[in-house]
Amino acid sequence: MSILGNRVVRTEDPHLLTGGGSYVANLDWKDALEVAFAVSPVAHGLIRAIEIDAALAMEGVEAVYTAADIDLPPLPSAAPNRPDTSRPLLASGRVRFVGEPIAMVIARTAAIAEDAANLVWADIEPLPALIDPEEAATSANHLFDGSNVLMERSAPGDPDLFSGAAAVVSERIVNQRVAPAPMEPRALGAEVTPDGRLVAYASTQSAHRVKAVIAKSLGLEPNAVLVRTQDVGGGFGAKASVYPEEILTAYAAWRMKRAVRWVENRSNSMLGLVHGRGQIQYVTAGADASGRLLGLTLHIVQDGGAYPFFGIQLPNLTILMASGAYRIPKIEGSFVSVATNTTPIAAYRGAGRPEAAAALERILDRLAAELQMDPAEIRRRNFIDPGEFPYTTASGARYDSGEYSGALEKVLEEGRYEQLRSEQERRRRAGSPLQLGIGLSSYVEITNGLTSGEYASIRIDRDGRATVFSGTSPHGQGHKTAWAMIAADLLGLPMEAITVITGDTDLVPRGVGTFGSRSAQAGGSAVREASEALLATARDLAASLLEADPQDMVPGANGLMVAGSPTTEIGWAEIASEAERAGVDLVATSDFEPTGASFPFGSHLAVVEVDTETGKVKLVSYTAVDDAGPLINPMLAEGQIHGGIAQGAAQALMEEFVYASDGTPLTANLADYPAISAPELPEFNTYTQETPTPLNPLGVKGIGESGTTGAIPAVQNAVVDALSHLGIRHIDMPLTGERVWRAIAAAKNDG
Amino acid sequence: MRVEMKVNGVTRSAEVEDRTLLVHFIRDVLGLTGTNVGCDTSSCGACTVLVNGESVKSCTVLAAQVSGEEVTTIEGLAEPDGTLHPLQRAFQDNHALQCGYCTPGMVMASLSLINEHPNLDEKAVREGLEGNLCRCTGYHNIVKAVLAAQGEMGAKL
Repeated sequence: MSILGNRVVRTEDPHLLTGGGSYVANLDWKDALEVAFAVSPVAHGLIRAIEIDAALAMEGVEAVYTAADIDLPPLPSAAPNRPDTSRPLLASGRVRFVGEPIAMVIARTAAIAEDAANLVWADIEPLPALIDPEEAATSANHLFDGSNVLMERSAPGDPDLFSGAAAVVSERIVNQRVAPAPMEPRALGAEVTPDGRLVAYASTQSAHRVKAVIAKSLGLEPNAVLVRTQDVGGGFGAKASVYPEEILTAYAAWRMKRAVRWVENRSNSMLGLVHGRGQIQYVTAGADASGRLLGLTLHIVQDGGAYPFFGIQLPNLTILMASGAYRIPKIEGSFVSVATNTTPIAAYRGAGRPEAAAALERILDRLAAELQMDPAEIRRRNFIDPGEFPYTTASGARYDSGEYSGALEKVLEEGRYEQLRSEQERRRRAGSPLQLGIGLSSYVEITNGLTSGEYASIRIDRDGRATVFSGTSPHGQGHKTAWAMIAADLLGLPMEAITVITGDTDLVPRGVGTFGSRSAQAGGSAVREASEALLATARDLAASLLEADPQDMVPGANGLMVAGSPTTEIGWAEIASEAERAGVDLVATSDFEPTGASFPFGSHLAVVEVDTETGKVKLVSYTAVDDAGPLINPMLAEGQIHGGIAQGAAQALMEEFVYASDGTPLTANLADYPAISAPELPEFNTYTQETPTPLNPLGVKGIGESGTTGAIPAVQNAVVDALSHLGIRHIDMPLTGERVWRAIAAAKNDG
Repeated sequence: MRVEMKVNGVTRSAEVEDRTLLVHFIRDVLGLTGTNVGCDTSSCGACTVLVNGESVKSCTVLAAQVSGEEVTTIEGLAEPDGTLHPLQRAFQDNHALQCGYCTPGMVMASLSLINEHPNLDEKAVREGLEGNLCRCTGYHNIVKAVLAAQGEMGAKL
C-alpha cells in the first residue's frame, strides 16, 4: 500500500519543537562580528553628507561602510531597458525610500552595532516624495533619470467588447500594499574558510540564487561560494529576492576575513523586506441577460516601490489569470508599473494571482447584483466545463485540467449555503444590527507559473540508507517529509531510512528554490524521477542475486522482492553491497522539466457578521474546497490551505502597509501593523477534490497560495454582501470597522 | 551587574550589562537559542518563556528583574531522554507548526494557558494565544493541538 496520500507527521518537527531550530540567529558563532544598518529616515532626498565618526569611535565598532567605501555593482533593475533604475547596495547620492540602507556598521555585538548605527547621521536635502502610484505615473518629479513609469502594456480597446450586454459594471478596486512579515526577519551569516571559500548561511527561499548573486556581486567564481540554508522562519515570497544587505554582509566577511552576521530587527524588516500587492485596478465586465460573461477589461496601476523588483511584473500574472474559472470570450488587459518612494514591491503569497481573483470575483458579484442573480448562479453559468480542457483563456493561459462546478457545489453544500441565505433574510427582515454576509469565490491559480524545472538526486549508501538531495529551498512547507514519502513509496524504504538534504549548494549542485507553489510539481517530480531511475538499477542487481526477472522485482518493506513473494525480499543494504561488488553506483539524478504550469482551483465560502452600528466585522465561519490534484500528504496540504486562508482574510479585513503623504511609514512594526491573531479567525472547514494534471508523473499541482487566492475575495464579498440591502456594492480592503462604518453612513445618507 | 536564576532546573549566574533583557540573557549568555526573537515591540510572543510557571514575553523584562526566579524555556520541556512533552507531541501530531519560528513561544504560552485554565474551549484557546503571532498555520492546528494536549495532560494529573 502506498504511503502517498497519508497523514504522515513531519520529520522536521522534533528539533523545531525542542528548541533546536537552526535559524541564522542561532548559529553558535561566539566570535562573529555583527552587522546593523543605518537607514534613511527620509523618503526622497539628496544625500549631502554622511557622518560616521561618532559611530566609528564607539568601543567595539570594527568598521562603518558607506557607498563611498565599497566597490560593488548595483543590483540589476527588473525594469527592461532602465539601467538608471538599478539599486546601489548602499544609497548613493540620493535616498528613495524610508528604510533604504545608507551605512553598514560592523561591531563586536549586535547591541553595539545597533547603537552605533543610530549614531550615523546623514544630511539629506528632502525632495518631494511620491507615494501614490497614480500621481507618480504622471508627476514631473522623477525618482530616476527617466520616467516613473517602469513598465507598461496597452490594450487595443475593442469597441465591441460589450456589445449585446444586458449589464456592464465597472469598479475601481484597490488591492492594498501589505507586509509579508515572516516571523523570522531577514538574516545572513558569512565566513571565509581557511581554504579561501566564502560560506554564507542564508535565510532564503532559494539557496542557489543567493549563491549566484553573491558570487556575481563579489566577482568570485561560483565555486568559491557555498550557501547553506538551514531552518528558515517563513518567507511567503519575500525571501525569494536577494537583498543588498545580504550581499554586503557576505562582502564584509570576505573583506575582513572574519565571520560576520546580520540579523535584522523587526522594525527594519518591515521596511527592508519587500512588500506585496499594491495594485489599483479598473475593472469592467459585461454579461448578457442570462448572466453569461461577454467581456472583461482590466487596467492596473501597479505600485513598484522605490526600486524595480519583481513587483513591476505582477500585472502580467494578474492579467494572465483574469479569466478565472470562467469562459470569457474577450479580455483586454493593460497596466503601468510605477516607481514610488516606498519599500519595493515583489512577491507575496500569490504574487499577482490573488489580485486577479480579487478583481474578477468582486466584479462578478457586482454583475450578479445588477442582474438580480444569486452569486452562486452567475458562477455556475460561466464555468469552463471539465470536457473543455486543455482550455486556453482569452487572456492567454492554457489551463491543464479542472472541475470547477464540483468544487462550488461541494462548498455550497458543506457550507450550508441555502440555510445561510435564509438566516440572512431573517436578520434583514428583523432589522437586526448584526447582519450576516455570505461571500463566495471560485478561483483558479497558476502554479510554477514560470515553468522552471528542478534538480533531485538519490543515493543509497552501504548501510542501505537513502539520501535525497533536492534543489528546493523549504521554509516551513515540510518538503523533507514529502520528498522522503515519494522516495519511500517507490523504493520500499521506511521513512526513517531516508535523509533529505536541501539548501546546501555543495551537496546539492543546482537548484531553483521554493516559491510560486512550484515545489511539489517540479521538486517532487524530480525526486520521483530520480527514485525511478535508481529503482531500475537496483532491480537489475536484486534480480541477478535472485536469478529472477528484473521486471518481477517490486518494493518490499525495506528492499526489493519478487512480486507476491515477501520471503524473497533482499534488503537495501544487501543491494548496496551487490552494487559495490558489481562496480555500480546506486545514485540517480533527475533534472525534471515540466512542460507547462499547472492550474489548481477551488471554491471558498466565507461568512461574516457585520455590526451595522459600529462597522465591526467578524469572520464567523469559513468553508473551502480546494483541488490541487492528488495530495502527497493531506496534512501538509491542509496546513498550506489554513495559512493561506489566514493571510487572505488578514488582507481582506485588517492588514495594510500605510504611508503618510511625506513617505513616512506608519505601520513599521508589529505593534502598528495589524498582523492577524488567533481570536480574529474562526476554525476552517476544509475539503479537497483531486483532479490530476497530466503535466507531471505525480499528477500534482501547487497548493501553497490557493488559500490566499480564494480567501481574499470570499471574505471581501461576504462583507459587501452583508450590506448589499443598503445599496452598498463595493468597499475597498482592508475592511476595518471605520471603513465599513463610513460606507454604511454614506449609504444611509444617500438613501 | 550579577544576575542569578534557575533556568530549566539548573542555577545559572552571570555578570551582564544592566540593560540586558531576559531574552538576551537566555540566548546570548546561556546559549539557549530555542527562544526566538520575532519583533522589537513585544507584539509577537516568539520569545515567550515561563517565569515561576507563568508565561512571560522574555523581551519585556530585564534579566535583573527575574534574578532569583525560576525560568523554563522550550529546552526544558522534553524528558532528558528526548521524549517529547505531551504538548510538544500534540503540536507534531496536529501539524501545529510549519516554519517553527513562533513555535517555542507558542508552546510555552500554551503550556501556561493549559495550566492556568482548566477546561479550555476553542474560543478560550484563541483568546489566550492572542499575544502570540504565527504567520504560517492560520492558528487552526495550533488550537487543535492545545485542546488535544489539554485532554491528555488532564488525564495524566
